[in-house]
Amino acid sequence: MTLPKMLLKKEEEVIFLLRALFERFGYKQFKMSKFEEYDFYAENRNFLSSENILTFSGLDGKLLALKPDVTLSIVKNTKGSYALAERVYYNENVYRVRKGTGEFKEIMQVGLEYIGEVDRYATMEVIRLAQKSLEIISDDYIMDISHMGFVTGFIEELGLSKTQKEALLKGISQKNIHSLQALCRKFQVKEELENAFIEMASLCGPLEEGLQKAKALCINAKMEDALSELEAVCAALKSSGDDGRIRLDFSVVNGMDYYTGIIFQGFVNGVPSSILLGGRYDNLVRKLGKDSDAIGFAVYLDLLERYEKQQKEYDTDILLLYEEKTDAAALLRAVEMLTDNGQSVMVQKQNQQTVSYRQLWCMKERGLEIIAEND
Amino acid sequence: MKSLQRMINIALPKGRLGDKAYGVFEGIGYGCPSIRETNRKLIFENEENGVRYFWVKPSDVAVYVERGVADVGVVGKDILLEQSAEVYELLDLGMGECRMAVAGKKGGKIDTDRTLRVATKFPNIARGYFRKQSLEIEIIELHGSIEIAPILGMSDVIVDIVETGTTLLENDLEPWEDIVPISARLIANKASYKFMNVPICEMSRKMNEVITKKS
Repeated sequence: MTLPKMLLKKEEEVIFLLRALFERFGYKQFKMSKFEEYDFYAENRNFLSSENILTFSGLDGKLLALKPDVTLSIVKNTKGSYALAERVYYNENVYRVRKGTGEFKEIMQVGLEYIGEVDRYATMEVIRLAQKSLEIISDDYIMDISHMGFVTGFIEELGLSKTQKEALLKGISQKNIHSLQALCRKFQVKEELENAFIEMASLCGPLEEGLQKAKALCINAKMEDALSELEAVCAALKSSGDDGRIRLDFSVVNGMDYYTGIIFQGFVNGVPSSILLGGRYDNLVRKLGKDSDAIGFAVYLDLLERYEKQQKEYDTDILLLYEEKTDAAALLRAVEMLTDNGQSVMVQKQNQQTVSYRQLWCMKERGLEIIAEND
Repeated sequence: MKSLQRMINIALPKGRLGDKAYGVFEGIGYGCPSIRETNRKLIFENEENGVRYFWVKPSDVAVYVERGVADVGVVGKDILLEQSAEVYELLDLGMGECRMAVAGKKGGKIDTDRTLRVATKFPNIARGYFRKQSLEIEIIELHGSIEIAPILGMSDVIVDIVETGTTLLENDLEPWEDIVPISARLIANKASYKFMNVPICEMSRKMNEVITKKS
């Protein structure tokens, strides 16, 4: 029996397609328990996107937590190393507080992690898979790429304290040019550096074009390394047909702790916030004592729930009424015949007016009859 | 060609600031004449200029923009700071200028001897400010008439917006410490900024020209 497509919600369909995509590229599914010991998250707090963790005590009195994050658990358990890379993907629920709701929410996440030596090829593979994932969700997508090495490489040149650096990063992430200018003046950044910094923060456009402009902004080796990695990615994506949907945008930054290199973010038209987020996160892997680099991304599928108007036109294709003296076995045969034809059928003795239907049928002694049609 | 493009949805705060902001939009070619008619409608659109305006409660503007039903909006920095909305802050419009301040009874000062009781409409801003000073505080969240809290002895200080300071003076209070200057900002939804990049950037650029000319 094939699965009727109409039964699948958009997010369910996307899950299957993403899993098929990841499997084809040699990623293996990673299945995990719904919870971890709370201590694990407490120790690694700065790698979590939110402070809120849902806790409860286990049978032995140990404090447990419902997973707020999957990557942490994967990295903890991974066997991936410089010698042998591990490719995994997951399809799990995480428990987080979505902003403004004030309550925990179960969020369906699909994502993948490449843990091992992240060379140019691995970087390209993961970014290309992120792009393909967005293509699966919608034709009308945009993926922004940035590089923490480029941004922090510039900021380090300014000789500032950690809180000052964080303030600049925040301004960059909000594209808040007027506040960055004010901060630069307050931190007494030299004028030519300020101008270049503002240019970097405002840079946003097609990848290749953006990289041309970024080239002129490089002032140290760290930035040059970052740029050359971005250029390599750009070349790879170009050969696989990038039609302006991949953009360079340095406002894609995160806290200083989590992402360390390339970082990317995906949007699809119609969803108000980013649906895909990923990048290079060596710090986390090292913190958990692994001898490896890592890169990966996650897709937030709960955001798709409202993406398409999924309201069905009718509750059922056919509402089939029957009478007291109708032969029950014949009725069942008739229902099976109709459903085998791919139609959905609901059987009722009387039309209770509670179900919306495409066609109203009736089973009489002499056979099936169409009484009314709504098309 | 214009009709094919999606309209830009703009959330404006009801009240003086919103009227003033609309004036700027109108001046740079995003007018919507029907908005000037006095009635109770909250949504106005002008297909010709490709804009649709919503009048919303000032403290809700960022919510409409963050959730993408409005592509851009005009909102006070006080509200952005309080709600830490996930939006792009494109411009400082330089209107509605005032400051967020700690105020208390005339001639008084912060008593570090005991827990400081703070009455405010902006609990997050207040908490953030006093945490930096490592002061132990107790927040009393109110929704209006904040000034009477210290007079009645319910709180030691208030954290509120101060424009001229007259309201404070009339209630025998005075500003003690400034927290942050406030003004109206042009904000944009992050996804809209990607998918409607050209029209939004053009709007922002034109507004910037008007603002810089004024100052």
